Amino acid sequence: MQGNIACAEGAIAAGCRFFGGYPITPSTEIAEHMALKLPKVDGVFIQMEDELASMASIIGASWTGMRSMTATSGPGFSLMMENIGFAVMTETPCVVVNIQRGGPSTGQPTMGAQGDMMQCRFGSHGDYSVIALSPASVQEMYELTAKAFNLADEFRVPVFLMSDEIVGHMRERIDIPDQVPIVQRKSLQKGTLPFHPDADLVPGFPRFGEGYGVHVTGLTHDERGYPCATSPGLHEDLVMRLVNKIESARDRIADYSITNPEAETVFVTYGPPARSVEQVVRDLGRDDIGHLRLRVVWPFPESALNLFASAKQFLVPEMNMGQVAREIERHVDQPVIPIPKLGGNLHSPDELKARLEVLR
Amino acid sequence: MSYQDWFRQDRLPHIYCSGCGNGTVINCTLMAVDEIGWKENETVFVSGIGCSSRASGYIVTDSLHTTHGRALPFATGVKLSNPDLNVVVFTGDGDLAAIGGNHFIHACRRNIDLTVICMNNQIYGMTGGQGSPTTPAGALSTTTPYGSSEPAFDLSELAVAAGANYVARWTSYHVKELTRAIGAGMRTPGLSFIETMTQCPTNYGRRNKLRQVTDQVEFMKNHTALRQKLDRMRESGQKVPADVIAIGEFVRRDRPAMGVRR
Ligand SMILES: Cc1ncc(C[n+]2csc(CCOP(=O)(O)OP(=O)(O)O)c2C)c(N)n1
Ligand code: SF4
Ligand SMILES: [Mg+2]
Repeated sequence: MQGNIACAEGAIAAGCRFFGGYPITPSTEIAEHMALKLPKVDGVFIQMEDELASMASIIGASWTGMRSMTATSGPGFSLMMENIGFAVMTETPCVVVNIQRGGPSTGQPTMGAQGDMMQCRFGSHGDYSVIALSPASVQEMYELTAKAFNLADEFRVPVFLMSDEIVGHMRERIDIPDQVPIVQRKSLQKGTLPFHPDADLVPGFPRFGEGYGVHVTGLTHDERGYPCATSPGLHEDLVMRLVNKIESARDRIADYSITNPEAETVFVTYGPPARSVEQVVRDLGRDDIGHLRLRVVWPFPESALNLFASAKQFLVPEMNMGQVAREIERHVDQPVIPIPKLGGNLHSPDELKARLEVLR
Repeated sequence: MSYQDWFRQDRLPHIYCSGCGNGTVINCTLMAVDEIGWKENETVFVSGIGCSSRASGYIVTDSLHTTHGRALPFATGVKLSNPDLNVVVFTGDGDLAAIGGNHFIHACRRNIDLTVICMNNQIYGMTGGQGSPTTPAGALSTTTPYGSSEPAFDLSELAVAAGANYVARWTSYHVKELTRAIGAGMRTPGLSFIETMTQCPTNYGRRNKLRQVTDQVEFMKNHTALRQKLDRMRESGQKVPADVIAIGEFVRRDRPAMGVRR
């Protein structure tokens, strides 16, 4: 199965019933597959007029209680930023898939990249936090897409599947489970103010059409949902809560695997470079080379770095100029060595082995 | 129940300037809703950004106050995912015709079962009176200090050409006709577009020799004529003055529509 198809199948298995999108290479197969499959499960597929509209449509659908999703690549991702901010501010669960390609601008439509990791984290205006998953295989395209819907509903936040052309177009055999785990969006208790958070900092969801009479606005709002845009304290409290509901749950959201925790040289990867590093570790058969492989990149699981107690250096191969390497630098005292790669090809295991030789 | 029960009392006072035409349009809309007998919990108001778009927040139902120009794609998502909801969109001339122009023509083309009410005050009210795509040629605004040199959009003609099932234009002077048109739009499956010329005394009237609110309302009364009458005048070779605005029903038809309740 192709990675993009596995993504669409994972979404449908997770109960996604609304897809609004706009065609763009290398993500288009997801939209095409949703167009084919959603009508068969009583779902809605709509090809919108652009990515601003795609993002808007999935937010609208989410307020009626539907699990909704869109898929795009760099140029479309840039257009989605405006309404991604709206989804953050209004705490609207939704899933955004980015099959990354080389940028800036139209760049390399058919070549893989990881250049949008920081845009995903910070691309819309204002302070906020989101959740981003990064699959390294077709199996993970299926599993992490399904998981993205649970996280979106649990935290009421846009969740990003930050994949890329390589995994999107990769073909691998996968195991499809009979059922994927589903965490329901919690409803707002009647009588509670619509934006009053529970202990987990997340308010219950007042679905449209259920008589809540909720006003949803991207303006700074009080717990009634009413605009209140000039109170410094209220704005600060709201934005801090939106950030903290994600950041305080870092460890719970974290998803990674660890190889050789005693190692002195530690690779940190997410997405396709993980495959090259796994090959290197296998080929060399040495236990002084560690590997932290992230499936969740944002919020960044900093405590995972501490599990490598003897680490002397962290090597970070990314298909960009070192976006996540910088994040790692913030958390550790040891040297962090980015291994950037642009142009669309993945780091080869030999390239990485050569890098290790130089560092010895 | 009366139309006043639809107001969100605890949101008062509202942000509108005294003499603003938007309040009239909200009243007419709620009277139409009340007359049809829609239920509060089955009705959703969606809007973009602008003075006009604030309307959604003054009504007791579920409402979605979105981003500038994007109300229609948000409403598309709401309506297609739950066709049992009655979805009404409030928008302004800048919101709908400038930043949201592309969404407007595509929503009309798809003919989604929405009622779209545009408060056309021919100006960007909220941001302090800049020119909009419907500012008449020659009119003064803060960004057309020497008079607008661009031709204006005719939003109703645009909606007709793009495929909406119901299109009408009235003004905030024509309260009865406007209420009836909104009701007719709500009853028509497919996209209904009701354009209402509204006075913005603060940012349009003041700069364009219509100082008093009553001057602007008088203007809407005296410079409007039924579209059919204007067509007849043109056919018989009579000259129609350039500042006369066509009002009335533009189209009522039965093109295939999307998102209609099953
Ligand atoms: C993306 C974006 N650009 C600009 C603005 C600033 N802005 C707010 S309201 C508005 C104009 C609204 O005009 P209109 O739709 O005619 O509404 P009115 O206030 O006249 O009712 C603009 C430009 C914004 N909020 N968002
Ligand atoms: S600025 Fe104009 S449109 Fe806005 S509230 Fe005042 S009068 Fe109404
Ligand atoms: Mg206006």
